[in-house]
Amino acid sequence: MMAQGAVPALKHTAQDGAAEAIHVENLHKRFGELHVLKGVSLSARDGEVIAIIGGSGSGKSTLLRCINCLENPTSGIIRVNGEEIKLKADSHGHTVPADRKQIERIRSKLGMVFQNFNLWSHMTLIENVIEVPVHVLGINRDVAISEAEKLLARVGLAEKRDVYPAYLSGGQQQRAAIARALAINPRVMLFDEPTSALDPELVGEVLKVIGDLAREGRTMVLVTHEMKFAREVATHVVYLYNGLVEEEGPPEQIFGAPRSERLKQFIRNIG
Amino acid sequence: MPLLPDLSQACLPPTQPSAVRASNPGATLIDALLSASAAGIIELLSPNPPGWGGTLMVGLLHSIEIALGATCLGLLIGTGGAYGKLYGGPVVRDLLAVYTTIVRAVPELVLILLLYYAGTDLINQALTAMGYQRVDISGLAAGIAVLGFVQGAYSTEVIRGAILAIPQGQIEAARAYGMSPGLLLRRITLPAMLPFAIPGLANLWLIATKDTALLAVVGFYELALATRQAAGVTKAYFTFFFAAGVLYLLLSLFSNLIIGRVEAWSRRGMPSLKDAR
Repeated sequence: MMAQGAVPALKHTAQDGAAEAIHVENLHKRFGELHVLKGVSLSARDGEVIAIIGGSGSGKSTLLRCINCLENPTSGIIRVNGEEIKLKADSHGHTVPADRKQIERIRSKLGMVFQNFNLWSHMTLIENVIEVPVHVLGINRDVAISEAEKLLARVGLAEKRDVYPAYLSGGQQQRAAIARALAINPRVMLFDEPTSALDPELVGEVLKVIGDLAREGRTMVLVTHEMKFAREVATHVVYLYNGLVEEEGPPEQIFGAPRSERLKQFIRNIG
Repeated sequence: MPLLPDLSQACLPPTQPSAVRASNPGATLIDALLSASAAGIIELLSPNPPGWGGTLMVGLLHSIEIALGATCLGLLIGTGGAYGKLYGGPVVRDLLAVYTTIVRAVPELVLILLLYYAGTDLINQALTAMGYQRVDISGLAAGIAVLGFVQGAYSTEVIRGAILAIPQGQIEAARAYGMSPGLLLRRITLPAMLPFAIPGLANLWLIATKDTALLAVVGFYELALATRQAAGVTKAYFTFFFAAGVLYLLLSLFSNLIIGRVEAWSRRGMPSLKDAR
C-alpha cells in the first residue's frame, strides 16, 4: 500500500532502452506545515506518456510543477535530460534553484501547458507562439513566424493567427497554448490538467490534439482527470494518494486490474 | 514698451470717479472688460514684444519640460519602487514604505521648498566638503528632480496595483518558458500591467502639468510665474490669467487625446466593456 517507488516505472521503460528525459527521485514538498509530496519518484523515458492521476489534494499538480521548479521542491533530486537541477537553501531555509541560468535553460526545453491556458493577453496568437523562440531561444523572427504558422495550422487555428486570446473560446485558447509549447521544440511536454477549465463540449477538441501528439511519440507528462483519455494515450500511469505513489503501472493494469483498495475506490468514484 | 501704460489705463479707466466704482462694482467690471477692446487684448497676447504672448509660451514650454521630465523620472522610480515593494527583501520594502508614506503625507509645496533649498544646499555642502567647487544647479534640473521624486511615490503605488492586477498565470507562463527576470519585465509584466496603470498614470501626468506651477515659489520661470509677471507689468490680470487658464486647459485636452490613444493601444487584447454589456 505504500509507495512502490520508481522500480515498476523502470521495469516498464527499460525495455525500449530510450534515454531518460525526466527523472524525479524521492521528492518532498512542504508548504509550511502542509506536507504535499512525501517522497515521490517518477521517470519518463523518451517517447513515453506518463499520466499522473489522483484525487484532489493528492499532490499531482505540485509534482508536475516541481519538475520545472515553478514550485521549488523541499528536497529530492530532479534530472531533466540527464542534467540535475542544482538546488540550494536560501536565507529563509527554503530550497531554491542555485543557478538561475541553468533553470532558465532547462525550462526552455519543457513545454508547459496550464489548466487556465495562461496565454499572454497583450499578444495575438502568432505573437504568443513566437515569443519564446524569438526572445528566449534567439531564433530568427521570420523563421519563427513560418514555424508558428505551421503549428497554428496543425492545431486548427491558422485563420486566428492575428486574434487576441480574449476573443477565443477556452478550447481554442488551450490549443493555441499547446502550439506555444510545441514552438520551443520541447524535449518533454508537461500538461497540468489541460481540460479541467473547459466547458464539456470543448474538451474533445483539446484531447484530440494531445492524443495526436502522444501517438507521434512525443514525451509527455500529463496530469489529468480524464481517465478514459489517460487509458488511451498513456504508456504508464501513476496514481498519487496523499503525497505518495500509491500504485503505478501500464494503463491496462491500473484501470483493468488495480491492486490498491484506494485506487479501486478512486476508479469506481470517477467512473 | 511705451504702449503698456496706455493699455493698462484702457483696462481700468482712471477718469471714472472712485465713488461710482465702489458703489457699483459689477458695472465697473463690465465696463472694464468692454473697454479692454479686442484689439488691445490681441496686442497684449501677441507673441512679439511689446505683446506678452511669447513670454507665456516660454513659460508653458518650461512647464511642459518639467512635467515631462518629472513624469519620466517618476515612472522610472515608480517601476523600480513597485518591483521593490512586490519582490524585494524586507529592507528594500521598509525603505520604500518610508519613502512613499512620507512623500505622500507631506504637502507638495512644503516638499518642493524643502528639497529645492535644502537639497541644493546639501549637494553643495557635500561638494565643498569633498573639495569641489560649489555648483549652480539649474532650475530645470532641480524642478524635474523634485517633482519627479514626488511623482515617483505616487507612481510606485499605481504601478504596484497594476502589476497585482495582471493575471498571475501569465507571469507564471513566462517563468515556465525560461524567461529571465529582465526579459519578463520588458516583454510581459510592463505591457500586461499598462492597461491597469494608465488611468492612474494619466491622473498623475495631469497633476504634474499643474504642479509645475508650484515651482513658481522657488523662482522657476514656468507658466504661472510668466503669467504673474505679464499681468503685474501690464495690470491686465484678468486677460493674462484667463489666457494661462486656457493654455493649461489646452494642454490637458491634448494630453487626453494622446492618453486615450495610448490606453486604446494598451487594451488591444481586451474586449471592450461595451461588448460585454
